[in-house]
Amino acid sequence: MKHPQRDTEQSTRKISRRTLVLGGAQLAFAGILALRMRHLQVEQADQYRLMAEENRINIRLIPPTRGLIFDNQGRSLAENEQNYRIVLVREDAGNVEEALARVARIVPLTSDEVERARKEIARRSPFVPVTVADRLTWADVAHVAVNAPALPGITPEVGLSRLYPMGEDFAHVIGYVGPVSDYDLSKLETPDPVLQIPRFQIGKTGVEAKMEDDLRGKAGNKRIEVNAVGRVIREIDRTEGKAGASLQLTVDAGLQNFMQARMAKESAAAVVMDTRNGDLLGIASAPSYDPNKFVRGISVPDYRALTENPYRPLANKTVQGAYPPGSTFKMVTALAALEAGVVSPEDTVWCPGYTEVGGRRFHCWRRGGHGSVALNQSLEQSCDVYFYEIAQRVGIDRIAETARHLGLGARHDLPMSAVTEGLMPDTAWKRENRGAEWVIGDTLNASIGQGFVLTSPLQLAVMTARLASGQAVLPRLIKSVNGLETPVGGGAPLPFAPHNLARIRKGMYSVSNHRRGTGYRSRIVSEDMLMAGKTGTSQVRNITAAERARGVFRNEDLPWHRRDHALFVCFAPYDAPRIAVSVVVEHGGGGSTAAAPIARDIALRALYGEMPPLAAYPSNQRWEAEQRLNALPLRTLQPPSPGRNRA
Amino acid sequence: MSYLEYQVKTVPSGLRKVFYVNWALVALLCAVAGIGFLMLYSVAGGAMEPWAAPQIKRFLVGLGVMFAVAFIPVWFWRNMAGLAFGISLLLLLGVEFFGEVGMGAQRWIDLGVIRLQPSELTKITLVMALAAYFDWLDPRRVSHPLYVLVALGLILLPAALVLRQPDLGTALLLVLGGAVVLFAAGVHWLYFAVVGAMGSGLVAAVFASRGSPWQLLKDYQYRRIDTFLDPSSDPLGAGYHITQSKIALGSGGWSGRGFMQGTQSRLNFLPEKHTDFIFTTLAEEFGFIGGISLLALYMLIILFCVASALKNPDRFAALMTIGIATTFFLFFALNMSMVMGLAPVVGVPLPLVSYGGSAMMVLMAAFGLIQSAHIHRPRSR
Repeated sequence: MKHPQRDTEQSTRKISRRTLVLGGAQLAFAGILALRMRHLQVEQADQYRLMAEENRINIRLIPPTRGLIFDNQGRSLAENEQNYRIVLVREDAGNVEEALARVARIVPLTSDEVERARKEIARRSPFVPVTVADRLTWADVAHVAVNAPALPGITPEVGLSRLYPMGEDFAHVIGYVGPVSDYDLSKLETPDPVLQIPRFQIGKTGVEAKMEDDLRGKAGNKRIEVNAVGRVIREIDRTEGKAGASLQLTVDAGLQNFMQARMAKESAAAVVMDTRNGDLLGIASAPSYDPNKFVRGISVPDYRALTENPYRPLANKTVQGAYPPGSTFKMVTALAALEAGVVSPEDTVWCPGYTEVGGRRFHCWRRGGHGSVALNQSLEQSCDVYFYEIAQRVGIDRIAETARHLGLGARHDLPMSAVTEGLMPDTAWKRENRGAEWVIGDTLNASIGQGFVLTSPLQLAVMTARLASGQAVLPRLIKSVNGLETPVGGGAPLPFAPHNLARIRKGMYSVSNHRRGTGYRSRIVSEDMLMAGKTGTSQVRNITAAERARGVFRNEDLPWHRRDHALFVCFAPYDAPRIAVSVVVEHGGGGSTAAAPIARDIALRALYGEMPPLAAYPSNQRWEAEQRLNALPLRTLQPPSPGRNRA
Repeated sequence: MSYLEYQVKTVPSGLRKVFYVNWALVALLCAVAGIGFLMLYSVAGGAMEPWAAPQIKRFLVGLGVMFAVAFIPVWFWRNMAGLAFGISLLLLLGVEFFGEVGMGAQRWIDLGVIRLQPSELTKITLVMALAAYFDWLDPRRVSHPLYVLVALGLILLPAALVLRQPDLGTALLLVLGGAVVLFAAGVHWLYFAVVGAMGSGLVAAVFASRGSPWQLLKDYQYRRIDTFLDPSSDPLGAGYHITQSKIALGSGGWSGRGFMQGTQSRLNFLPEKHTDFIFTTLAEEFGFIGGISLLALYMLIILFCVASALKNPDRFAALMTIGIATTFFLFFALNMSMVMGLAPVVGVPLPLVSYGGSAMMVLMAAFGLIQSAHIHRPRSR
């Protein structure tokens, strides 16, 4: 279209004017940009340079080496094993499935491991190394290394992982380590930053958990250059951390192994304590489990087998189990009565096989009765009626006080999980917790260690050790931390007359060494190692009048979980006590038949420091003892290395 | 002037056109693209792959396209303006229906040979169409409400389609680029005042609609605006880009850390370091001197274009030149404002420097148009 010339020229001039305006505006804006650039890059350069430095440098923690654990002779109980593993880096591997398949052709991989690796690979950034296979043999790793060119993104690595060379023997004592869980973190107010390290392992149970602060050590750190997604570019410098403290336990690995082996077929617990200083020489709970499986990540079927086993392998019965002490409690009742002066050792009580109190009949274990019994016979033959009588004279509160002096009803502070307090009832306890008044029947039940009374095998060992030594010894499990001896606690003389304690010890001696004693069969015949003990059989059910009438209380006829607990406590040698032993066999039947033989074997092993000599057994039991001891599945121990005491 | 009025004799023909090419402008374009190659080489950690080599190839192809466009007489392009605009509208509609979703927005259309970003193309064809429209329009009627409304429709139609993709940055660029042509064509300034006021109203509406069922923008767009207004509110989230980009820039200082010595951009603190945020690499490695030099090169390109437009008595040519030049200006000004924290993060690349084929091709073709206008301008003897 043709426009008049004049209009067109005018229009062109206008366009030029406006173009100049636009150009000017653009120049002005460019000026603003230049000023902004100057502001950022010249005036504020220092500030941004500082921020850039912080951006670039990241501080990473170096996990500390976990402290080692030794037994009292320097044998290794927990160590850090070099562990070969292969890791996969997704971005280098390319096709993950193919890479995993290639690895599986070289290294044995379970479908579980493959699945776990696949999940982790999907979750992590592509440059993060993910462990595909763990705990490989050197041969496997060598295979991978040789085939490296055909395996892009796959590299063998070496790391440290926890190893428990004694396996099942110390599972309950030492526990095991595992990766930090959210639950672990939630329990801590200010979690150590080292816990955030992926795959970092902390103690989960037992000494590993309770002594975590000593064992863990201090993390070192390294400054590394990283990019925004956390990829490491290079390391700038590093400060080494401090390895965790080594622990030495009071436990003797050989004795511990013997105890576990001796009780292997039972659901049982045994404690051996040094009566002189409270050192726990052995503290075994059977059956046990392999803590190494937990470190590696236990499989679901294996774990289910542990949790569904009626013998409860995961429970540490020595300190967690609370059992009615049964007749092993009779020393407490007797001591309380002697101390209170309500009975003299010569006073006799007539046992017709039962006693009637408040219209209720309380039976003696021996239905025909013991006839006339004094203190020594009452302990020796475990006459219930005698204790019913003296308990009524002394009263429950004085019995409970005596029990507490002997270490019952109190939590002993050991670095183990879920140490129970047990229960030593008295009138105040019943009022507060049951909302009812204490009745005389409760006293009678308590006097023979039934009713409300609950004790752990550890408490029974403490009680026995205190009776034997006359001192308030306290159990000790950690002998030294990093070579620094932990103090021995307690040791003050008990507030009891020595002659009363001697009477009790004499009664226990009769149990084991008099022909009519309940523990006579399980006696020690070596003159210098004579044992003094006490049997106990504690009911886990009420015997109804109907059952009693039918006369059905043969344990063998009952289902396992309703059978009586078998208990035995002892100390030896009688003249100069060195060790106290307590044994509880869950639903084992009678204390004299199920618990006492175990306790004797353990006591002999502890006293001799080696396999018990057959000469210590009564001559008619030697052949049987030899068969039994030879059949024990004992571990070959590494020789004690005292040099490593202070490792 | 219509092409019939061109004094054909005064226009160079044949190979003589080579002497009339605006060679200074070509040199400036090569210089800017060269800086781009250097930066792409640096962000790749000192390697031609994956970015520098393809970019060089594309630039060489782009130069060829530019000269091809330049040697075709400008009146051909004017006659094609309507058609080109129509095609780009169709492509935008095509994206609407067949486009691939990349980065949460439908922006690409796959033509088999190349993946085309129609919104890029539209920026240029819109300028061409408006320039042709005002060239055709009786100069006395330029400010007539009816004809202004038609021009407004030409702008808002593609802008609305782009906004639906959704690509707020490009839609804004389209509106601004179109408005520049209107302004240059001499539309009365009162219109701009009114539109400015309405624009403010729209911004108010956009914020008012937030959270309501008729919300005008997507949530991520609101978040970007939020973080622009206060980047420190979310330093590791959405404000991260701005904060990191300012750190990279600022740490460059006066003369920079040196070529290939940048830590911030190299260490992947910055997203899209090879595209939208490439300026931070330059500013970190070459400092204020490097940044201001690139800005100066860009402004020289603008100045040469403005000069060319001023010299050109042909209305279409002048309007198109200033329109394209201003669109180019808007690209780099917006990108630099963004990385320096003066504008919200909108997906605008640094023209000729950022890695990307579609934008590079369109830009080189657009400079071909400017060259064509320059070569074929009416000359008085």
